[in-house]
Amino acid sequence: MTKNVTNFLSPEERRERRMILLLLAPALAVVGLLLIGPLIWMGWQSFQGPDGFTLDHYARFLSDTVYLSSFVQTFRIAFVVTIAALLLGYPIAYVAAKSQGIWPPIILGMVLLPFWTSVLVRAYAWLILLQRRGLVNTMLIETGVIDKPLILVNNEFGTVMATLHILLPFMVLPLYATMKKIPAELEMAGASLGGGGWLVFRSVFLPLSLPGVIAGSVLVFVLTLGFYITPELLGGGRTFLVSMLVSRNIELYNEWGAASSISMVLLLLVFLIFRLASMLIPFERIMGTR
Amino acid sequence: MERISLSPSQIMLRVFVGVVLLWLIIPVLIIIPMSFSGARFLSFPPPSWSLRWYQAYLTNPAWMQATKTSLILATSSAVLATIIGTAAAYALNMTQSRWVKNLQIVLLLPLVVPIVITAVGVFLVYAQIGLIATLSGLILANVMLGMPYVITSVLVGLRKFDPTQEMVARSLGMNRWRAFFTVVLPQIRPSVITGMLFAFISALDETVVSLFISGGDYQTLTKRMFTALRDEIDPTIAAISTLLTGISFIMVLLMAMNARASESRGKA
Repeated sequence: MTKNVTNFLSPEERRERRMILLLLAPALAVVGLLLIGPLIWMGWQSFQGPDGFTLDHYARFLSDTVYLSSFVQTFRIAFVVTIAALLLGYPIAYVAAKSQGIWPPIILGMVLLPFWTSVLVRAYAWLILLQRRGLVNTMLIETGVIDKPLILVNNEFGTVMATLHILLPFMVLPLYATMKKIPAELEMAGASLGGGGWLVFRSVFLPLSLPGVIAGSVLVFVLTLGFYITPELLGGGRTFLVSMLVSRNIELYNEWGAASSISMVLLLLVFLIFRLASMLIPFERIMGTR
Repeated sequence: MERISLSPSQIMLRVFVGVVLLWLIIPVLIIIPMSFSGARFLSFPPPSWSLRWYQAYLTNPAWMQATKTSLILATSSAVLATIIGTAAAYALNMTQSRWVKNLQIVLLLPLVVPIVITAVGVFLVYAQIGLIATLSGLILANVMLGMPYVITSVLVGLRKFDPTQEMVARSLGMNRWRAFFTVVLPQIRPSVITGMLFAFISALDETVVSLFISGGDYQTLTKRMFTALRDEIDPTIAAISTLLTGISFIMVLLMAMNARASESRGKA
């Protein structure tokens, strides 16, 4: 439709336009009331002190070491989880995309079952596995590898392990979707020109799979930044992530200004990451798989 | 693979993938034998077998109430999210205006904003309008969280759908409403179902928002589990977890069946 046509809308087009807005209205109302409204309010609140406008809540990022260390720890865990998910997830997606017959559904099924299992259930499973008298320690002691139980949980290790386990499917699924679209002929062409397996992979397959790598990495990274359940249950107070900083400020101290300023900073960082990623691949592609 | 013999590096790759897949699946499955343990402490293999933890779960009114709340919540918010989300996706797909198209990003925001921030925001609104610890408050919040899945999935379905079919139906005198239900909806049904399953599981699984806003008679199952886990590792949770994993397994099967249905539809 050209511009000058929309200027002279026929009654039918006008009716159509009204219908579009009507169909969108309930969805927009819900998001507006429960998300955008409160976000605006929190943005305003983050600049409010007892005597009106203040920058105190943001100044605390520079003065309060708890803030800084919490953000540093959160980003460090997000990096570790994302890199590990890429290293574990890429081979899975590759083998699933390349194999035939019954293998792809079996591999994807093994990725999807944990994906659909409750996050709480998986956090609980890791508690059972990693605790002092848990399965991993028992097994290691019985086989004589160690003689004292290792501290695997209530620390950063436990948090990273469970978070990685929960988020790995978010890496595998976009990777698999991207790899499935790479035509096998391209690799055959590469091989027919004399390229060895590794050379063809590196120069043909890997670059073409990069959109999937970006989509998966952004999803895993951003989701880790906001993770709450695993650090809370498996961190044992030793992982104090940004999400916990937000909730403590409200549950314990009723500090809306502080909680709002932390939320705004975290949100800004998340938007920034999405913005940067969407310069490389379309936003819709990142969100395409859950 | 066409080749019969695999190179050593290919074999190593497959072994590696096998190990990672086991690491993915074992924690999900390990809960099942644990839930049938006869002992108070979780050890593997369990020293004796019993159904005592299932009995503990099924005879505890607090757990039962929480389960009821969660099931009602998941079902009703999935249905509502599907209706509202499908309507929104249809409008987004139909519009010619760039401005309206960009609203899609707004509607996907609930997936992008870290869940703790969303929870704080919802808590804030509910404290003002008195929806804390109510079932309708829980449902409304989970409609918002489930909607993005429906919108994404239905949009994918609508893009595959040939719009001329709808035009033909309308040129034959059907109004949009009838054309949607008789021509469009049957064709995008698999995408709608996918969206609804996602919305259902998302509401059943949701923990953080309900930690903030659920309470009293309407505590969700996940909130109760979370609080129980913070205090001590009670094997009753293993029984509940096994049941939840059972639901997840059914979901995977439903998804697979649904995908197959949509594939055969595509070929026909």
